[in-house]
Amino acid sequence: MAIKNVNLWRSIDWITIILYFVLVTFGWLSICSATYDFGELAELDLLSFDTNTGKQLVWIGCAMIIALILLNVEKKYYEMLAYPVYFGFVLLLAATIFVAPDIKGSHSWLVLGPIRIQPAEFSKFATSFALARLLSTYGFSMEKRADIAKMIAIVIVPMLLIVLQNETGSALVYLSFFLVLYREGMTGSLLAVGVCAVLYFVIGVGQSGNYLESMPMVCVGEFIVFLLIPLITALMVGIYGKRLSHALWIAGGNLIGTFIAWLFSRYVVPFDICIIQLILCACTALYLLYIYILERYASYLLIALFALGSVGFYYSCNMIIDKLQPHQQMRILVLLGIKDDPSGVGYNINQSKIAIGSGGLWGKGFLNGTQTKLNYVPEQHTDFIFCTIGEEQGFIGCTFILLLYAFFIIRIIMLAERQGSNKFTRVYGYCLASILTFHLFVNVGMVIGLAPVIGIPLPFFSYGGSSLWGFTILLSILLRLDAERESRFR
Amino acid sequence: MNNDYRYENRKFVMVGIVLAIVTVFIVRLFNLQILSDDYKKHAESNAFLNKTVYPSRGVMYDRNGKLLVSNQPAYDVMVCMRNVKELDTLAFCKSLGITREFFDKRMSEVKNRRLNPGYSSYTDQVFLSQLTAEDFAMFQEQLYKFSGFSIQRRTIRQYSYPVAGHLFGDLGEVSKKDIGKDDYYVQGDFIGKQGIESYYERQLRGEKGKEVLLRDAYGRVKGSYMDGRMDVAPIPGKNLTLSLDIELQALAERLLQNKIGSVVAIEPETGEVLCLASSPAFNPQLLAGRRRGENHRLLSQDKQKPLLNRAIMGTYPPGSTFKTSQALTYLQEGIITPETKFPCALGFRHKGLHIGCHAHSSPIALAPSLATSCNSYYCWGLYRMIGDDKYGSSQAALTRWKDHMVAMGFGYRLGIDLPGEARGFIPNAAFYDKWYGKRWNGLTIASISIGQGEVTLTPLQIANLGATIANRGYYITPHVVKDIQGEALDSLYTIPKYTMVEKRHYETVVQGMREAVLNGTCSEADLPGIEVCGKTGTAQNRGKDHSAFMGFAPMDEPKITVAVYVENGGFGAVYGVPIGALIMEQYLTGTLSEESEKRAKEIQQRTIYYGDQER
Repeated sequence: MAIKNVNLWRSIDWITIILYFVLVTFGWLSICSATYDFGELAELDLLSFDTNTGKQLVWIGCAMIIALILLNVEKKYYEMLAYPVYFGFVLLLAATIFVAPDIKGSHSWLVLGPIRIQPAEFSKFATSFALARLLSTYGFSMEKRADIAKMIAIVIVPMLLIVLQNETGSALVYLSFFLVLYREGMTGSLLAVGVCAVLYFVIGVGQSGNYLESMPMVCVGEFIVFLLIPLITALMVGIYGKRLSHALWIAGGNLIGTFIAWLFSRYVVPFDICIIQLILCACTALYLLYIYILERYASYLLIALFALGSVGFYYSCNMIIDKLQPHQQMRILVLLGIKDDPSGVGYNINQSKIAIGSGGLWGKGFLNGTQTKLNYVPEQHTDFIFCTIGEEQGFIGCTFILLLYAFFIIRIIMLAERQGSNKFTRVYGYCLASILTFHLFVNVGMVIGLAPVIGIPLPFFSYGGSSLWGFTILLSILLRLDAERESRFR
Repeated sequence: MNNDYRYENRKFVMVGIVLAIVTVFIVRLFNLQILSDDYKKHAESNAFLNKTVYPSRGVMYDRNGKLLVSNQPAYDVMVCMRNVKELDTLAFCKSLGITREFFDKRMSEVKNRRLNPGYSSYTDQVFLSQLTAEDFAMFQEQLYKFSGFSIQRRTIRQYSYPVAGHLFGDLGEVSKKDIGKDDYYVQGDFIGKQGIESYYERQLRGEKGKEVLLRDAYGRVKGSYMDGRMDVAPIPGKNLTLSLDIELQALAERLLQNKIGSVVAIEPETGEVLCLASSPAFNPQLLAGRRRGENHRLLSQDKQKPLLNRAIMGTYPPGSTFKTSQALTYLQEGIITPETKFPCALGFRHKGLHIGCHAHSSPIALAPSLATSCNSYYCWGLYRMIGDDKYGSSQAALTRWKDHMVAMGFGYRLGIDLPGEARGFIPNAAFYDKWYGKRWNGLTIASISIGQGEVTLTPLQIANLGATIANRGYYITPHVVKDIQGEALDSLYTIPKYTMVEKRHYETVVQGMREAVLNGTCSEADLPGIEVCGKTGTAQNRGKDHSAFMGFAPMDEPKITVAVYVENGGFGAVYGVPIGALIMEQYLTGTLSEESEKRAKEIQQRTIYYGDQER
């Protein structure tokens, strides 16, 4: 014990700690600025505990204490407690659904007297634990069905529970664990399928309201998606199949078929050529099935299933859109440019873009932002905190913060990678890196109008104790795990 | 554990993803913050304050060039909360003549974001609006003591005469609906709410200009941008010349005092309205400035409805004034000739129907029937017309009759350039079919021939009937605006509209109306040296009869047509004729004789008691 305590001081990664403190400090200053209403409140009030700024200072203090405690817990206890902590949190998440009061339609906050805690923010580290524990188990293999099932269950269960709490945004964060699984050997084609799904969704739903000018019967979204499906299928056949000629047949057949249909519709009888495209897709699948039977090569069957699945996915997208809650539906539609309504849901994004745009190169200076102060930007100290940076620190400030994040995340990846054969720490480190990446991507993407408006916080910047504590806990445990790496090598 | 190293290269994919995301974001930010003009424009709207410069509203003159409605400076007291420091509240309240309680109330109202959504402690907020120059003088002297307070100049309407409130209308703050209809307006703008102010809003308002000012991060104005080269000067509103003779209007309103009713005078040749009085009236100044809301509430709660412009909104049975239109119709349709005589034995008696009349010789011809206002003559006329075989059916005959009425300007809005005109009512065949189930004839509906029963007209329509007769067969849609600065009048107000009756028949009716003045019901209207034509009306209703008069003068070259309608005034000769005569005398001679002035005073003081029912 004593030896390890001495080691901690020497072996802990100070670069990460410095980056953490820089981020937290900038975060706190941003909250000061976002909360500061140049007006009735005097400047001194910034430190009063009645304001968000003062409270955030308290949360930061508490986070430090928590970090100090966690840094002093040995790795073996973490490994030991991984599953119990995970199951504890799963139960807590389940209980929260029923216990939590309704706050703006979500049932995710546990109210303990004056304190409100969001278990979903903490269950991330529990899930990371469980995943790290599972993957580092002796004999675990990505090839074993049972192991894959366990792996996916660990991610999916808390995710579903959080969806049931009506916190879809927080649940989506769990998708980032698939990046970890990819690093640990999950097949890359799954990621490719994911990318295709996003592509079909964005194009299919985004263009569903537009029709070809020359052929008013043909929906642009449907047309493009049905053109993409056989082409991507052909690409996959080209990569994974045995002979390139199959791929060329598929691509050529579909393009020529569509073109003939287009000519016929244009000059003979106008009709919805998507029907022909659909038939061509079916033909492609049948063709793949045929060469599968002929050549007995499993990839063809899978690709055929992918083609059919793509068509099914496209059709279910419109239905899923209907199933989403109205505000989520609207947010997705606004992002895709379908409902551009400045005073409606698009208002938030519009105002945040104006605020950031008005920052220019150097920004307006600390506490000088007008857009973020005069209540134009909503949620300016929580989800939209990045606006304050954009307006007051300008392009230079934003770039600095983004690079700081990139450096921070890459540093964590480096920590994870330097663990040698210690898989537990590596998986855990990747979990943290993936979660941070996802938060950064969605939050900043949302504020600058690139990602859907999903209410998840910007780590270390957004106001709120749960988020700050959640990330501090994740990070301090990683630092402790990393600090013990040398003890193995020594 | 060998597996571990197989996928090690995937760490580069992870790093790649992070770098890709950050790169995309930085490119996007570069676009938003440095390249994109779109968001820069929005950003500029923060840095540049586009201050609206309001044009002066067009003024109004009467037909003789007298200034009626003009603009007077008024002042809003503005407050910028952040700059209010060490305020001597007592001195402040004293200088504005307000109480401490009112001061506290206003300050909290201004700061309340729910009541004042655009509140910011950095920008000027309205503390008190529309102070007059007198209220403001004392405050201005001490303004330097009250830091954070400032003055914004604006204008309010000033009226030279305390009359014609119904005609001028008033200005009020735009409603959400107004803003929705026309995006020229923004919250806090003023718009014409009634009368001419409303009807000619587009001409009167002019075009707003703008002044581009520089504003720092705190919303403080730092001066003009590019020496005002971006500024746009406001275009002042167009001035209006009304067809009104303000002296005549004042006399009409004076004569109607203590009574409910209207006086309408029209120049027949042009359709120009010379006066359009409705009583009870109100001083237009009441609805300008700070006390508008309060005064408007008081006026709208008054049971006698002073805000109602009865001259165009009130619909009444026209009574005997309507007989002229009937005589014209029967003549044109060949039902009667000027020589046709009908019996009258103290009224119309036929098949059990009796409509009373007064004593006069019988049988009676057309001209004397107008002079003595015989009811029987017109009942016979209508009875004959409805029963005439040439139309085929009662329905067809009534349809023909209705077409005549509509051509004379009844049953539909005339189209005067004032909002809220009523259309009155002229029954048609379908109406009676529904009412009586097709079993009706000339007897059933006889009362409409004497301007009773279902027929209702507005006083304006009665006056217009007079103008048609004076013109011998046509009218020009009555209008109150004679000339718009730099703009032609709507052709509606210049093109004559002909009735379906020939000119010669009009001459017959004019003779009858002249007869009525010389030795009939209107003898009181016989002005010395002026050939007046007239027709009284006594309209029965639930209460006491309404007193009406319609006339024009001089007979051969008519200069003025007058319609008078006094609710519950009794016989037409009691109020209608003397008021009509005084209006004609004033207009044609430019003044009232000593004797007439005495009469005018006497009529002015006569009061009709209406009780306290809603009217």
